[in-house]
Amino acid sequence: MNLALLLLAPSRMVRLGTVDVIIIAFYFALVLGIGFYLKRQANTGEDFFMAGREMTAWIAGLAFLSANLGALELMGWAGSAYQYGILATHWYWIGAIPAMLFLALVMMPFYYISKTHSVPGYLKLRFGEPSRALSAISFAFMTVLMSGVNMYAMAKVLQIVLGWNIHFSIWIASITVAIYVALGGLRSAIFNEVLQFILIWAGALLVPILGLVEAGGFSGLKARIVTNFGAEYTHLWSTLGNFNDNPMGINWVGIVFGLCCVISAGYWTTDFLVVQRVLSAKDLRSAKMAPIIGSFFKMAVPFIVILPGLLGLAVLKDPNTGALIKLVPESVATTPSGIAQGLHSYNDVLPLMLARYCGPGLLGLGMTALIAGFMSGMAGNVTAFSTVWTYDIYRALIKKEADDRHYLNMGRWSTIVGVIVSIGTAYLVMRSASIMDYVQALFSFFIAPLFGTVLLGMLWQRATNAAGFWGLFAGTASSLGMWAWVYRDPSALRYIAMSPAAKPMAEDMYRALWSCLICVVVTVVVSLLTKPRPEAELKGLVYGATEIPSEGHLPLLQRPAFWAGLAAVIFVILNLIFW
Amino acid sequence: MHGGHISIWFFIGISLLVNGVLILGAGIYQFVVPPVHPTVLFQLHSGIWWGAVLTIFGLLYCIKFAPSKTQHQ
Repeated sequence: MNLALLLLAPSRMVRLGTVDVIIIAFYFALVLGIGFYLKRQANTGEDFFMAGREMTAWIAGLAFLSANLGALELMGWAGSAYQYGILATHWYWIGAIPAMLFLALVMMPFYYISKTHSVPGYLKLRFGEPSRALSAISFAFMTVLMSGVNMYAMAKVLQIVLGWNIHFSIWIASITVAIYVALGGLRSAIFNEVLQFILIWAGALLVPILGLVEAGGFSGLKARIVTNFGAEYTHLWSTLGNFNDNPMGINWVGIVFGLCCVISAGYWTTDFLVVQRVLSAKDLRSAKMAPIIGSFFKMAVPFIVILPGLLGLAVLKDPNTGALIKLVPESVATTPSGIAQGLHSYNDVLPLMLARYCGPGLLGLGMTALIAGFMSGMAGNVTAFSTVWTYDIYRALIKKEADDRHYLNMGRWSTIVGVIVSIGTAYLVMRSASIMDYVQALFSFFIAPLFGTVLLGMLWQRATNAAGFWGLFAGTASSLGMWAWVYRDPSALRYIAMSPAAKPMAEDMYRALWSCLICVVVTVVVSLLTKPRPEAELKGLVYGATEIPSEGHLPLLQRPAFWAGLAAVIFVILNLIFW
Repeated sequence: MHGGHISIWFFIGISLLVNGVLILGAGIYQFVVPPVHPTVLFQLHSGIWWGAVLTIFGLLYCIKFAPSKTQHQ
């Protein structure tokens, strides 16, 4: 079939020129080249699954952030910024920075000193095999499904924005990721994530710069948003006193306790997809510095994600009439009437802004940034799946005694199988798009209780094996129960979020908060009713039973605590500026 | 990361250099032959200066992290 015919569908948001196609093709060639080059450095299980544990703090830190900075993240949060205004920034600041610093200073010593290969691996050491099995099976299952959901979303975006054939997008991206991860393992994924991180910035940075020029600086941008939509879109905290005062329908309790203390803390400290990158660091100081370096960049990400969404509120106008273009929910834009009227959804705001400012070449780089974001997210899922499958399911439950070469081959094959299952999931989602919502909701069920279990495991010696398992089980089951309750009876949201004015975003925050609290309460009660483990068995796993190397002898500028303090100060100042 | 192998920063330098040259070239072409439907703020010729910035950074990284240098470290 003619490649041009395969690639191009009749409708598209932007039209690529020859130079744009060359830039995208060069990107695919480069990531494959890196995969082939790194194959010879993946000779052992430690090389393949842990990148030889020799990454510098900078590389581990950028990969830690890049694994999270997928294109769904870029486009989704740009769309959320258009929908909710500057409130969306909470997911980058209070919804990330405290958790990253907590991971660096409090939790990373236990992960690193225990020499675990994975988060389920830590649960095995701390709470025994049943906790690991529950965590590993749920994580592997959900990760590979999430990878498929991301793959479908990417193909859909490329179809809408570029007019690419959806099957072509799914297969070309999947085969590329499968090749470079199966060849070079985690090292290859990390190298490509760092490359993708740079490309995302290089491709997306022009939009906010030119947007601010057009809007007349940040004060001009704010003034336009207030005129077009209202002042509630421009404040970070001052509208969070009441559910009704802000576009998100949430209050400060949900943001501080649900988002900051549970959801983001759980995600950034126990989701193996991101923690795996930090575990590849060459020593404990680098492992602590990696999330801190990541936190500085995370604070800057709203510049390329949130600002384009806000600019959409301010400057998107019909070029012929000069009338304000209003973006609509996806469910409205995709109806026959919405398509006939040429409506765009909130999620289209980033491609629309790219097309607004970027000419030939720049547009190709911007689209490369989006494709790179999708592929880094997919590679992150696949490498995490491959490690958890090989170490925490296959070796733990199926074949306990085998040589390193056997597990290395299993890692390579499980990477390919993971990609194939992801492709299957993508096609499943294509038949029924509502599966996508279920999978994303399901994933959130495990993170909040897992955080409660891991945190108590690290900080409380009295927590017992049985308590770890039953706490995790109770937290997950309660989260599923609350979701099912609201799904069957949407009015139940008033009880979960404690307000009749709460909106769906508040439900996620409060469900996470309750499930984590239930996990903690069950863990504490069962611990007090069961026999504790001897302290000697907890060495290297729990606070009080672990000797953490002192950093007192290091110069100030080399101490992780100093840089974490600096990040915390900048974080507070930013919140005050945009209060 | 070096360890006797090609540094990741060299790959990044290559990527920035190639993309920078292509974008700079496209920007110069558009400066000489303006498009029929220009983008917003076309008069700033962002392709030229952004392409130049990427080219300079790419060159610097390629030189600083060239395999001939890093493999001897």
